[in-house]
Amino acid sequence: MDNRLLPAGAALVVGLVAGFLLYPSFGDTATDTPNVDASDGAEPTPAAPASLPVVENRSTLDLVRERGYVRCGVSQGLPGFSNPNDSGDWSGIDVDICRAVAAAVFGDAGKSRFTPLSAKERFTALQSGEIDVLTRNTTWSLTRDTALGLDFVGVNYYDGQGFMVRKELGVKSVMELDGAVVCTNTGTTTELNVADFFRSNGLAYSIVAFEKSDEVVAAYDAGRCDAFTTDASGLYSERLKLADLNDHVVLPEIISKEPLGPAVRQGDDQWADIVRWSLFAMVEAEELGITSENARDMKTSQNPPVRRLLGVEGAFGQNLGIPNDWAFKIITQVGNYGQSFERGVGENTPLGIPRGLNALWTDGGLQYSPPVR
Amino acid sequence: MSDHFVRTTHAPAKPAPRIQIGWVRWARENLFSSLLNSLLTVIAVVLLVVMLPPFLDWAFFSAVFSAVDGSACRVDGAGACWAFVEAKFGQFLFGRYPDAEKWRVVLTLILGIAGLAPLLIPNRLPRQWLVAYLLVPFPILAFVLLSGGFFGLEKVETSDWGGLMVTLVVALTGIAASLPLGVLLALGRRSEMPVIRMFCVIFIEFWRGVPLITVLFMSSVMLPLFLPEGMSFDKLLRALIGVALFSSAYMAEVVRGGLAAVPAGQYEAGKALGLTYWQSMNRIVLPQALTTVIPGIVNNFIGLFKDTTLVLVIGLFDLLGIVQSNSTDPTWLSPQTATTGYVFAAFVFWIFCFGMSRYSVFMERRLEAGAQR
Amino acid sequence: MVCNTHRRCADLKLVSSPKDPQSTVATQPWNNPKLRSFAAQTLVLALVGAFVWIVVDNTITNLQRLNIASGFGFLENPAGFGIALTLVEYSEQSSYGRALLVGFLNTLLVAVIGIVLATIIGFTLGVARLSSNWLIAKIATVYIEIVRNVPLLLQIFFWYFAVLRALPLPRDSVSLFDVMFLNNRGVFVPSLLLEGSGLVLLISAALGGVAAWLIVRLSKKRRAETGESLKGAQLAPLLVFVVPVLVFLVSGMGLKAEVPSLRGFGFRGGWSLIPEFVSLLLALSIYTAAFIAENVRSGILAVSKGQTEAARALGLKPSPILRLVIIPQALRVIIPPLTSQYLNLTKNSSLAVAIAYPDLVSVFSGTVLNQTGQAVEVIAITMTIYLSLSLFTSFVMNWYNRHMALVER
Repeated sequence: MDNRLLPAGAALVVGLVAGFLLYPSFGDTATDTPNVDASDGAEPTPAAPASLPVVENRSTLDLVRERGYVRCGVSQGLPGFSNPNDSGDWSGIDVDICRAVAAAVFGDAGKSRFTPLSAKERFTALQSGEIDVLTRNTTWSLTRDTALGLDFVGVNYYDGQGFMVRKELGVKSVMELDGAVVCTNTGTTTELNVADFFRSNGLAYSIVAFEKSDEVVAAYDAGRCDAFTTDASGLYSERLKLADLNDHVVLPEIISKEPLGPAVRQGDDQWADIVRWSLFAMVEAEELGITSENARDMKTSQNPPVRRLLGVEGAFGQNLGIPNDWAFKIITQVGNYGQSFERGVGENTPLGIPRGLNALWTDGGLQYSPPVR
Repeated sequence: MSDHFVRTTHAPAKPAPRIQIGWVRWARENLFSSLLNSLLTVIAVVLLVVMLPPFLDWAFFSAVFSAVDGSACRVDGAGACWAFVEAKFGQFLFGRYPDAEKWRVVLTLILGIAGLAPLLIPNRLPRQWLVAYLLVPFPILAFVLLSGGFFGLEKVETSDWGGLMVTLVVALTGIAASLPLGVLLALGRRSEMPVIRMFCVIFIEFWRGVPLITVLFMSSVMLPLFLPEGMSFDKLLRALIGVALFSSAYMAEVVRGGLAAVPAGQYEAGKALGLTYWQSMNRIVLPQALTTVIPGIVNNFIGLFKDTTLVLVIGLFDLLGIVQSNSTDPTWLSPQTATTGYVFAAFVFWIFCFGMSRYSVFMERRLEAGAQR
Repeated sequence: MVCNTHRRCADLKLVSSPKDPQSTVATQPWNNPKLRSFAAQTLVLALVGAFVWIVVDNTITNLQRLNIASGFGFLENPAGFGIALTLVEYSEQSSYGRALLVGFLNTLLVAVIGIVLATIIGFTLGVARLSSNWLIAKIATVYIEIVRNVPLLLQIFFWYFAVLRALPLPRDSVSLFDVMFLNNRGVFVPSLLLEGSGLVLLISAALGGVAAWLIVRLSKKRRAETGESLKGAQLAPLLVFVVPVLVFLVSGMGLKAEVPSLRGFGFRGGWSLIPEFVSLLLALSIYTAAFIAENVRSGILAVSKGQTEAARALGLKPSPILRLVIIPQALRVIIPPLTSQYLNLTKNSSLAVAIAYPDLVSVFSGTVLNQTGQAVEVIAITMTIYLSLSLFTSFVMNWYNRHMALVER
């Protein structure tokens, strides 16, 4: 017994030491090999092993360019926002943001790939670099903007949380939902909003929170709950999955602010700027009346803001680190914000959502782009 | 002449009492042997009469076998909506894998069966080559074929994979990875070197102690944070790693049972012949150990095959996942759609698992016959 | 070089005296088994150490670089979300740590009840499969072969979504004597509230238990000495129930029943079982029962026929044969695989996440993980809890096995 334990103990000690000694060399090879050559003659590098890896310098833009396409995180299928058809082509207003970024960077909206993510996975996927942009109807909140290591760059859809109930219940207002069973998704702000709302109004409720939205719809349809709550846009979209959508009614109250927008990793300002301005370019284009159809003709326009946006005047693309005709490519290939909205969720789609808060500021909405100059 | 009458032939046998022949006797012995048994039989018959006809009616007589959409299934009193399964059959098998590329999946399947079938049927073909083929060239071939991106094959993103194909990929990868890993772990657990034994025990007990679902959560939200920046794995691959590690721990325990069943004399004989550790394991111990635990290994595979359904919780679409997501398709929505889909999926899983368990029984019989010789 | 191949080296080793390790070391250091084992272990240790180090360092670096919050401080922050089923007091203002406790207790709840149910169904099925009644044996076989070969998750979905759809809305509830109701919100039964101290009843139950234990001991001792059992000693365990009931009746404590009634959207008052709980429980116990049945069957078959014959030769009647001869021996075979089935059931209860039953995984690795974003800490806590549960169970089981092991005299 002792005979066998002795070498084991020794092995433990030596192994640990060896492991610690081995590690820095691992770190070096993993981070940057040329560094080793350079440090040969120069002064010894500080001992701190790889606490701030050299990789930091490689910006998202460089990585994206090297790879040849932009990777975006999208939902697992939310009609109007990001939804695949049977042949796997994605469409929707969230998808359009991603395509716009691809158009800005590569001049080709097709150079975008989509990774469907559950609510749970989305932040890790962005943090770990699996995706470059998160365009997955994600609410901008303070915690997410700070503690999760994300950076929200704008709002592509101003939303709020709503409720849907069966018509036969005869409910006209959320305030009548005392004692109701409410179905929703886990991992979203909606779960917290419901709790806040019912508590502050002194209403009793019971919540059933599912991992996947398909399960929420199925449970609501089966009568497990009286009300189905999520972002109002989500209600319009999920309603399409119900047996008979005329049996259900969306209640008028909106109980929260849900600004949905694209997010990027914290700490890469250039990339954040590119995504932010890709979104703004679409809004600005709508304001200036540039559409995918007339963009080519508008290039000859004498209007300075139009000339600046389309890259005829100035070098705004260069400031972002991308070609000067970035906005032109976005508008011709993806369209302006209004076009994207109408195509994805607008009045003529099955969702039939009015512009509402998402109209331009000039029309009494909230969509507003800082000037391109 | 004697007047004694001596009978020289047997009297013709009387027929057995009616209750001692044919089905009457069978029923008396097997159904009504005692009061309790008679009572049980009556209860069982009543149960069957109550349950079987409605099921048959649902599955066959009132079922909808062909339809273009769900309207025929929405009729009151309609049974199973088999037309839904028929319409979605392609998706259930391949997910959103592009139509033009489906031959690649089929080819992979054929290549796999070509390697596997001769192994399962007792014959004289060189086994080690078949195993070698299945463990090394086949996975590479399968990866190239399924994923594409090489030799002019179009790249198919794993997010487009789905259905039975994903189920099989996950199950077979788990099986192929867990067998060698499991053998190594089992050997390690019986090793005389305390450090190695300790690591193997910790590894095995850790994976056996946690539910697969947390392992999958870990692989989907935690694994990306373990990797250096800029390195990321495909979501399916991450799930595969989780499944492989998980099942190898279970496999190790099965193999350990086999190792324990090999008499100590065999180990000693190997040593006495001057074989090295690996030689004696390879040529003497493992062949015996693995043969005795074939039924256990197959049972492990059955468990793994059923467990593959859990990947739907992390948003991969295996057979069950695709059935579930398709049953919210508005065109096919009806009260029976989801149930029909589940019954279909259950049937497919049952075929595979029952087939494997029969095979395990067959091997067990063969092994017992061999041991008696 | 003297020794190129393993075979040659082995030959050499045979030649040199094994009793003198010095000479082996002197000839070739890598032929010394101790040194080789030392080297191998060092290597493994170094590799594992390096691997762990790299993973930990990567994680810490990533968390810092991405400004992700870390540490366990979040457990004290208010959770802010509601939970449908809570065994302890919990509100939206409670902390994440409290939510963890709620989830854990819910897991235990479904696991414990599931284990009891699965054991009952499993033993019944196992015996039924060996029944001399052809029909019963066949039905049991069909049940086992179907249930065992269909994934549990699918069965959970089936019980939840298919059965949920088949049940009526609250206003069209199926009712039993107008006090018990069944609808797609769950099962509602009248609640019984005790007027008076429950502690008194608990203490009297404990006293009953002690008395029962003493009686059983006495009876065993009597039997060992005289061969006669104490009459009625088998009924002693009932004292655990009988004593509190007597105390209850004598002390004049009352019971207040509250019948659930339809108010607003659903039933209020009374006790209710939510459908998530019921379907998870059904699926878990039906699935695990099929496996337990197989264990029971092989356990009974493992008892040799000679035992039955010997017992019969001693003049025992069928019922005592089963109770005193077969079952104690079969249990020895059944218990170890039974424990692993219990463990499986507990781990499988984590599938609750798919149907929104608020168990540990659903509440903690689901909602809390999503709200806080602290994946590493949350998953680590969840895994630790399951790991401790299963280590604890196997510890108890090993103790039991040692206790039960055949002592040959």
